[in-house]
Amino acid sequence: MRILIVEDDEVLANGLSVGLRLSGFTADRVATLADARAALETSEFEGMVLDIMLPDGLGLDLLAEMRAGGSALPVLLLTARDQVRDRVRGLDAGADDYLGKPFDLDELAARLRAMLRRREGRASGGLRWNGLDIDPATLSGTRDGAALSFSRHEFAILHALMEYPGRVLSRAALEERLYGWQEEVESNTVEVHIHKLRGKLGRGFVETVRGLGYRVAAETR
Amino acid sequence: MTVSIRLRLFLILALATGAVWLSAVVWIETSTRAEVERVLDARLAEAATMVSSLISDHRIALGQDGLATVPIPMGRAEGYSRQLSCQIWSLDDGGLVGRSDGAPDEQLTAADAEGYSRSVVAGEPWRVFTVINPDLGVRVMVGDSLAVRDRLVRDVIEGLLLPAAVILPLLGALIWISVARGLAPLDRLAETLRARDPSDLSPLPEGPSPQEIRPVRRALNALFARVAAARDVERDFTTYAAHELKTPLAGVRTQAQVMRMAPDAATRDAALRAIETSVDRTDRLVRQLLELAEVDRETPSHTATDLPALVAETVAELDMLARSRAVSLDCDLPAERCTVALNPFLLRAALRNVIENAINASPRAGQVRVALRRGPDGLRFDISDDGPGIAPDQRAHMVERFVRGPSGSGSGLGLAIVASAVERLGGRLELGQRDSGGRHVVSLILPG
Repeated sequence: MRILIVEDDEVLANGLSVGLRLSGFTADRVATLADARAALETSEFEGMVLDIMLPDGLGLDLLAEMRAGGSALPVLLLTARDQVRDRVRGLDAGADDYLGKPFDLDELAARLRAMLRRREGRASGGLRWNGLDIDPATLSGTRDGAALSFSRHEFAILHALMEYPGRVLSRAALEERLYGWQEEVESNTVEVHIHKLRGKLGRGFVETVRGLGYRVAAETR
Repeated sequence: MTVSIRLRLFLILALATGAVWLSAVVWIETSTRAEVERVLDARLAEAATMVSSLISDHRIALGQDGLATVPIPMGRAEGYSRQLSCQIWSLDDGGLVGRSDGAPDEQLTAADAEGYSRSVVAGEPWRVFTVINPDLGVRVMVGDSLAVRDRLVRDVIEGLLLPAAVILPLLGALIWISVARGLAPLDRLAETLRARDPSDLSPLPEGPSPQEIRPVRRALNALFARVAAARDVERDFTTYAAHELKTPLAGVRTQAQVMRMAPDAATRDAALRAIETSVDRTDRLVRQLLELAEVDRETPSHTATDLPALVAETVAELDMLARSRAVSLDCDLPAERCTVALNPFLLRAALRNVIENAINASPRAGQVRVALRRGPDGLRFDISDDGPGIAPDQRAHMVERFVRGPSGSGSGLGLAIVASAVERLGGRLELGQRDSGGRHVVSLILPG
């Protein structure tokens, strides 16, 4: 789950990106509206955390612009102005959720997950496929009553594959989900994570489609 | 003490009306007296001529000796006609040969010639007309007591003044009421203002109002607009300040949570350092907020201040900051004392913030130089640095509160403090200049 953070305060933006990464998200951060526009054009994101007061304008303006352009990207507004009037204004401008500063990082992560879930039309946060249940809130899964734990990257790949079972995701598409711009992309990492996942879930759970990428295998039960 | 408009208008109108009335009385008195003189003089001449002709026709017989005076009928002895007195004197022996009832025995006039004359008989002033009848050898004198003429004029004037005494108080009351009615729009305006809520700064409603009230209403509305704008600035300032304080707080809280979640020591260390940075910056922000409030509150009092000493002190205070950023900080000050009367707190606040900005904008091993000299336009403080400077399109904007420079690391208050302090010192601020060496310069120019 790749999130774009638009926040100009260096300390807060850093805390958000590190914190969200520790919560299982892939986070990229920009400090201005101009950089945010450029990022939205060049990369795929599944959600956005947007500050309202930015050095080159109002986050609300970017939001209105995105909605006018037909973007349905889930957006969570962050702001210090936590009055009802401001919240209404933000939600009316097309925000999906709203958090006043200062906020709890766990709450932010939970709200982001709920936001993404709503977009996918699912009521619960977890995914289920072929007897495996996974929970993004804990980055863990259960199968046949046995608990399974995953690393952040393993979970991101598994979540991406289970989100639309049967769809083939290329290695590049998976890398995109794993790494923000600041992170070094190591070659073979996707293969390494797939290998580890197969070790935990059995060889047949994730299939390799030669020349195209990976998908979860058809359900056997 | 000021007199109320109502009383003032009343007094002006009452005095003016009284003055007009009085001059009318004087005028009428003068013209009445002239007319009375003319009419009565004509009557004197007429009466004298008539008596003379009556004697000629022998309608009136004259006694031959002076004692047997003949009463001459001159009308009934009442009213104004009573004073008309007639004497007939013999030309031969100068004896009195006839006189009217009540006429004095003394000769009415000493004048021998015919015509008008004035005289004093028995202590009273008289006006006399003399006719000489040569046929009968008599001199006819007809006279008026002037006291009676004066009474006549006085009666006319009294006839005018008596109604005035009754009318004037009435007129006064009318003026008093009219003035009150005339001032009613002012009273209504005052009542509207009294009834307003103190926090209501909306303009007074436009409506039909007398021309004289309109400028007052316009001035009041302009004042309301200014106060409302000041209140909005205050309100915006509070909102901005809350935002500026909440953001670093959010940063601290988030980083604290990251510390708790972080699996490795390196992440925890980074989060701790971030918290320290954020706390330092918040501290600076609070200091600057307080400083801005103080600068706004400070009165431009004048204290004799040794400027080179003040600059040196301010530079010394910032030496630690410069060292921590590996920036060299030095001054170029005149050797002689340069004492000017100004508010040293304001100047120190302005200088400190400009120098602080210059240090923060400088690259490592950069140089910040503070120069003071007396130029043609006043005292000039030039603060130069090796930083990127301020883009021309941003200059006007930079002095606004909470507008940050391109690095985005400041509080956005530094230049706002400088601008406010320099304005209160009566000077001006020049941003984004370049010196001959291409270095970025900010100048404070103060009168003096």
